[in-house]
Formats: sequence, structure tokens, C-alpha cells
Amino acid sequence: MGGRSSLARDCLIAIVAFLVLAALPYFFPSRGFSDFIVRLAAFGIFATSLNILVGYSGMESFGHGLYFGLGCYTFALIMQRFGVPIPVAFLLTIAVSVVVALAVGAICVNLSEIYFAFLTLAFQMLLHSLIIAWTPITGGDTGLTGGIPRPAFLGIRLDDYYHLYLFSAGLLVVCLLAMHHIVQSPFGYTLRMIRDNASRAPFLGVSVFRLRLMSYVIAGAFGAVGGIIMSLFVSGAFPDFAYWTISGEAIFMIMLGGITVFLGPIVGTAIFLLLNDVVTKLTHHYGIFLGAVILLFALGFRKGVLDFIADRWRDRRQSALTAESRTGTGSAGQEAKSAAAGE
Amino acid sequence: MDLPALAECLISPSCIVTQTTSGLIIGLLLFMVAAGVSLIFGVLKVVNFAHGSFYMLGAYFAYTAYQVTGSYTAAVLAGGIGVAIFGLLFERLLIARVYGSPVLMQILVCYGVILILDDVVKLVWGADFLSFGMPETFQALPFLFAGGVIPVFYLFLIIVTLIIAALLGLLITRTRYGKIVRAAAVNPTMVSALGINTGVVYASVFVLGGLLAGLAGGLAAPVRSLTAGMGLSVVIESFIVTVIGGMGSVAGALVGSLLIGLVRSFGSIGFPLFTEGLMFLMMVIVLVLKPSGLFGKEGR
Repeated sequence: MGGRSSLARDCLIAIVAFLVLAALPYFFPSRGFSDFIVRLAAFGIFATSLNILVGYSGMESFGHGLYFGLGCYTFALIMQRFGVPIPVAFLLTIAVSVVVALAVGAICVNLSEIYFAFLTLAFQMLLHSLIIAWTPITGGDTGLTGGIPRPAFLGIRLDDYYHLYLFSAGLLVVCLLAMHHIVQSPFGYTLRMIRDNASRAPFLGVSVFRLRLMSYVIAGAFGAVGGIIMSLFVSGAFPDFAYWTISGEAIFMIMLGGITVFLGPIVGTAIFLLLNDVVTKLTHHYGIFLGAVILLFALGFRKGVLDFIADRWRDRRQSALTAESRTGTGSAGQEAKSAAAGE
Repeated sequence: MDLPALAECLISPSCIVTQTTSGLIIGLLLFMVAAGVSLIFGVLKVVNFAHGSFYMLGAYFAYTAYQVTGSYTAAVLAGGIGVAIFGLLFERLLIARVYGSPVLMQILVCYGVILILDDVVKLVWGADFLSFGMPETFQALPFLFAGGVIPVFYLFLIIVTLIIAALLGLLITRTRYGKIVRAAAVNPTMVSALGINTGVVYASVFVLGGLLAGLAGGLAAPVRSLTAGMGLSVVIESFIVTVIGGMGSVAGALVGSLLIGLVRSFGSIGFPLFTEGLMFLMMVIVLVLKPSGLFGKEGR
């Protein structure tokens, strides 16, 4: 857990992952493939940020799409109206989403889980109705069209598709690294404690409200990064990005991939996007098919892909250890068992 | 923002009458959906995110029944009974399997069902807006009251929904069934220990919720345009209502719905772009001042 060496290891993995992603277009030159990675970056960061709430903090938000839509619109609006450099717009967007998350979070985070779920949804729909209503600013139903300017910065020219690809892949890797560092920090472990026993935490001097709010704000800020990538990808912003289905999809993504493993949401996002592409190609009745898959998953499997793998790995390790402890090394077995049960 | 228009409306009796009537209609129809959401939550501890789809199905069932029979009564009943049956199937086949699961799993099931139903509606009834048309009985001259115009159909809607609300109130507070439902909300284990089949109670609450939402859909059909996805705004408003009124309280649902209805109808004059925002503002104020809702008993 934590520690400098594991951070160094994470950084190394991140660098390798980025180099692999950067090289992939040379092996798979099709536009469809690189589009897939850019979308994976946008939705993957978004889904992982939702999992900070769901998986690590036990806060089951049904309105996380608020931050995706907010990031998308704020970034596109700033770029279109003020012509500032991209990093400035990026930081401003994050700042806006932090402020919004502080306000919404202050109202919602201490509610019971069902209230939390649908109040977050309600706030997302508030944003959606504002977008639809304020046509002069947001473009209403048709969305923000007309493209967004992409001035070059630090030698990065986002109007070049490969640069956009690298930028998205880089953000994906950096955000995952940052989020992993956060959930592995003492802060992240305190969140897990609150998730598992919120009434005990105050006795240990932990302010549940403050930690939940921090977790909510962090998740919102990263969610907005997903929205920023999306707005760069589609060169604009559309009301659909703030619609409740985005939140539903994100929940499905993280459940599909697994909420107990850090990379679960990324795997879930990849599966979901593939499924999405296949279904839209095969049929017009997208809803029926996707709905059926969701029901099959929710009523049948109930666990994400990486949850299954992690469970089997844990079982195997545990049975190996119990066998070992029977042959004499009892204390080591106990230790590993409690470690396995802890995560 | 158009405050002068709102002020002008508030000093003109005719405008007050017109807006109050339309506010009552919005509120009472919303009540029928919200009461179901509130009951289902109160008894089963499940938030039925698909309840708006029940309302939508009610409207479409009524549409088809009206096309076939030409009778508005038959249409409304078809909406109510059809959705009651659907509610039973939905509970038995899907929701019963996720009792006690994490909220997210329940949400996922509802999300899947909403996706499927919206698509099925598009498949069966087409993707365009459908218009029910005003039944002939109600194509009479509107009433005039203090200079305000009240269409006959509006008066009919107000009376019918008030009767349904009263019946529901009696059912919950005065009958043996109501007693069982209220008891199951507090302590289902004890209820089943007393020899009452709680599974049947749970299913019946879904049937009741479905019946109400279906009737609401059928009743509303002549004054709303029918479209796939019409349920979503209703279900979100229902949640706002249950937050304002207090979860599990029928009286709270009524008061909350009427508040929302009036805010919507008067808000559309004063704050045309921010009507939805006003509802959220009300919800936030209630949440901050009285977190359990106006009629809620326990904290959360």
C-alpha cells in the first residue's frame, strides 16, 4: 500500500502504457481503431472517476454524467468564446466542476444511499434542462456546433489527429495514475473505512462529511476531464452528453468491468464500447438489445469481469495458503488471509 | 426572468384561475405517479426508476384502446389495468430478484427496462409524437370563472384525480389491506411471522403503483403528446415530490405534487427558462430545512 516504491512502479507502468498506446496506430492504422482509443480515454477516465465514488467510497451516484456534460460544455464554451490557450481552458473547466461539485456534494453526500442516488440524478437533469433551455448560450437541442478552436500549445497541435490521439492517451494514463495514487493513499483507505463502516469512522476522528465531499469533488473533477476529451473529439458539445443515459452507461461500464479492482472500469468501458459499436452496426433497436444485455448481467452474472478474476485468484491463493498453514506455517497463512479479506 | 409578467398575472383574477387550474392538473396527475413511487419505496425499500415508463405505457395502452373502442373510459381503464399487470410481471420477474441487492444493481435493472420499453414503444407505436385528441364528450364550451377559462376536461380531470387520491388515502389508512401494507413497511419480518405472505404484499404494492401510474397515463393522454421517453421527466418530478413530501407518505406526496404543479404553472410565466430550476430550488430548500421531508417521520 502507498509508499514511494509503488509510486515509482506505477509511473513506470504508466510510461510503458503510454508508449504502447502511442505506437499502436502504426500497427492498426485504421481511423476506427484510434477513434476507439480516444473514446476509451474519455469514457474510461469518466468511469474510473465514478468508481472512486461507487467502489472506494460506497457512494452510489446515479448522476455522475453531470460532470461529463459540464466538462464538455464548459470547455467548449470557454474555447469558443474567450479564445484562451487550451491549458487555461482545461484548468478553468476543472475549477468550474470543482465549484459545482462542492455545492452539489454539500447538499448530497450525507444522504442515505437511495436519496444520494436520485438527488445526484436530479442535479444532472437540472444541468440538462438548463442546456436545453438556454439556447442563446448553449445552442439548445442542437448543441454547441461550429467546432472549437485548437491553438497549439507546448508543441501540441490538437488539430492534428495523431496529436489529439496522443493527448487523449496521455491524459488517460496520467489520470489513471493520479486516481490510482489517490485511492492507494491513506486518504483512499480512509474512504474505504467510511464505505465499510460509516458510523465507526467518527470515533477515529474522521469527518465523514469532509472525506465524502472530497471524494465527490475529486470524482467530479476527473469526470470533467472525460468530458473535455469528448468535446475535443466531437469538436463541440451536445445535450446527450449531459443526459441521464450517460450516467446509466457509466454505471453499467463499471459494473461490467468490476468495481473491486482499480482497472475494472477501464475493462468495462472497453467491453461496453465494443458492444455499442457492434450493436449499432447490426440493429436499429439499440435500446432493446442493450437493455437485454444489462438485464442479463444484472440478474445473471451480477459481478464484473475483473471481479470474477480477482475472486478466483484470491480463492486459489487462499486455498493454497490454508494448505500451507496446515503443514506448519500458520502465522503466514493467517496474515495473508486477513490481507486477502481486507481489500 | 419575467417578473413583471408574473406580477401582472398575480393581480389578474382570470390569470390566477387559469394558472391555478393548470397547476392543479399537473400536480394531481403527478401525484398519481409519485404516490406509487413513494409507496413502493416505503414498503419495498426499492426506488423504481422505471415508474415513469409505467406512466408512458399507460398513455400508449390508452391510446390503442381509444383507437379500437372509441371510448375514453375504456381507454383509461385499459391504461390502468394494463400497467397494473405489467407492474406485477415487472416485480415478479425482475425486481423480486434484486431485493436486498446494492442500490446500483436495482438501478441497473430499471435502466435496462427503461431502455427496452422506450425502444419497444418506438417499435410498436412509431417514433413520432402521437396525439390522442380530445374525446367528444369533453368538447363542450369551457366554464368561465372570474374571467378565467376552465376547459370541461380539466374540471373532469381534477375531480377524477381527487376521487382517486381520496380512495387511495382511505385504502391505506382505513382498510385491513392498508394496515398490512403499513405494517410491512415498518417490519416485514414481523408481518410474515404473523402468517401474512409478504411476497404477495410486495407484489400487490407494485400492482397498485402500476394501476395508479397507468391511470395517470391514460387520464393525461388527451392533454399531453405521446412520445417514447415521456416518462423520464415524470419520474424525476416524482422523486422531487417524494423528497419534498417525505418518502412513504401519501399525504406528503399529495402536498408535494400540488406544490410542484403550482410552481410549474406560475413559474412558466415568471421564469420561463428556469421553471425546472425552481422545482430543484424548492427541493434543496426542503432538504436543508427539513431533511426528512414535510411529512416524513424519520431521518435518513
